[in-house]
Amino acid sequence: MELLDAFLPYLLPIVYAVAMISVFMGLCSYSVLAERKVCSWIQGRVGPNRTRVPLLGHIPILGNLLTGLGIFQPAADGLKFLFKEEIVPGHVNKFYYMLAPVLALAPALTTMVVLPFGRYVDADGITQPLVLANVDLGMLIILGISSLGVYGIVLAGWASNSKYPFLGGIRASAQMISYELAMGLALLPVFMWAATPGSDYGMSLFGAVQSQQTLWLFIWQPLSALIFLVALFAETNRLPFDMAESETDLVGGFHTEYGCFKFGLFFVAEYAHVIMGSALFVLLFLGGWNFLPGLADPWGESLIGTLLSIAWFTTKVFFMIFFFIWMRWTLPRFRYDQVMSLGWKILLPLAVGNLVFNTIIIALYDTFTR
Amino acid sequence: MAKTKVLERKPLTPMEKTFLPQIVSGLKTTFGTMMQKDVTLQYPEERPNIPDNYRGVPTLVKDPNGREKCVSCQLCEFVCPPKAIRMTPGGIDAEADPERAHVEKAPKEFDINMLRCIYCGLCQEVCPEEAIFLQDVFSLSGYSREEMINNKEKLYELGGTLPDQHSKWDKKKAAEQSGNAH
Repeated sequence: MELLDAFLPYLLPIVYAVAMISVFMGLCSYSVLAERKVCSWIQGRVGPNRTRVPLLGHIPILGNLLTGLGIFQPAADGLKFLFKEEIVPGHVNKFYYMLAPVLALAPALTTMVVLPFGRYVDADGITQPLVLANVDLGMLIILGISSLGVYGIVLAGWASNSKYPFLGGIRASAQMISYELAMGLALLPVFMWAATPGSDYGMSLFGAVQSQQTLWLFIWQPLSALIFLVALFAETNRLPFDMAESETDLVGGFHTEYGCFKFGLFFVAEYAHVIMGSALFVLLFLGGWNFLPGLADPWGESLIGTLLSIAWFTTKVFFMIFFFIWMRWTLPRFRYDQVMSLGWKILLPLAVGNLVFNTIIIALYDTFTR
Repeated sequence: MAKTKVLERKPLTPMEKTFLPQIVSGLKTTFGTMMQKDVTLQYPEERPNIPDNYRGVPTLVKDPNGREKCVSCQLCEFVCPPKAIRMTPGGIDAEADPERAHVEKAPKEFDINMLRCIYCGLCQEVCPEEAIFLQDVFSLSGYSREEMINNKEKLYELGGTLPDQHSKWDKKKAAEQSGNAH
């Protein structure tokens, strides 16, 4: 018993981390399903509706319903990736070729460490975030690490030793660099407002959520929200910014030479980025687990309140994931030069202007109210 | 030279230049289609409606009294462009059908090679007895080349019975009974 007590501080974080990774990976696989289903609905099709597992799939009405919704499809997809023949083309740099999918997925999974997904009220009556690591620099960690994901893509493009992946990798890196700036600059006003001097939160995401109890930042900082959203689409390599893949001109882009589970890892990484991006947008601009603008936190202090806050947060995240998918099947892909000019000529000046404007407002506010 | 007319385009308003209204209207459109009914046909379970004049697999039909209509005149065999039809003419069994025996012939063997058939429908068009029809069967598969040759039995099974507009045997009988045989 004493031994357990001694190890508990070390054991518990591992348990939490494993639990969070499982949930996150589950979400990834189901957002793949969501992508396929929403795509098919938008195109007037049915989507995956045949995969049926024994027993569960044969419960009279429920089984048919679940099968029709494709609930068992992710299992089939995953198994397919696992059991396919591992093909490594002869012309690739084997070490980096194998490393690339891992490098693509790892950053996407790492960032969730600082992602708060709910709140609880501790024994002292102070609201605390539910998060693996509650650090002050949460936002910086996410910005820093999630951008590392591009290395996986660039490495894949380079190690494949083939022209289409190479072009895809180049495009991905150029796009990432272009939109990173606008993204960071769009976030600065948010934290300038959220982390007023003397507040305890600093750059933590929890602070950003707590500052939105009365008014969501989406309403208050619409320009920041818009720039951040566009940059988010670019950073996650989603349509209309999927320059790195762009099937029509680059075959499959950076993953042209990849198959089976290595491709699966890229695929999961893309959706992990989407989920992270959705969660981030919800935390920063859609009020996190706050109920509605003006009606912050009706959940109560009990365990049920905690669960409700998590549920409300995930609902918003699901909506954002849906929005990502919905956008993908609405807009056509931008041309490469359009992406560049949008990033450098429009979003970056806008973000700088937004920052300067907000700085002046804050300066005036501070001068006249103190 | 054909005259081309250059259409005047209105310059974009500042709001339109941001593309945001267009994106919103696009989102509305896709959301609208999402709410609509799916157009997918769940194929093996649901089958499409085949129109009457569809040119599917050629089949042999019988008349409403169960008689073979084909008299093995071999016109279809001769007209068939890819030479998919092979037929051996034969007589009619006198015991089974004394009325028609020694009057008409019937095919002894009738093979249509579906690997050769081009579904042109010339056999149906040329048939004087309206015995061969391209009906609504459109999905045909087999594991070997031999399986893809439809023999007589298979052709009648696929064809079934179609309503006969002429019913020549009934008319012949009626004429005989009224004493006006020819």
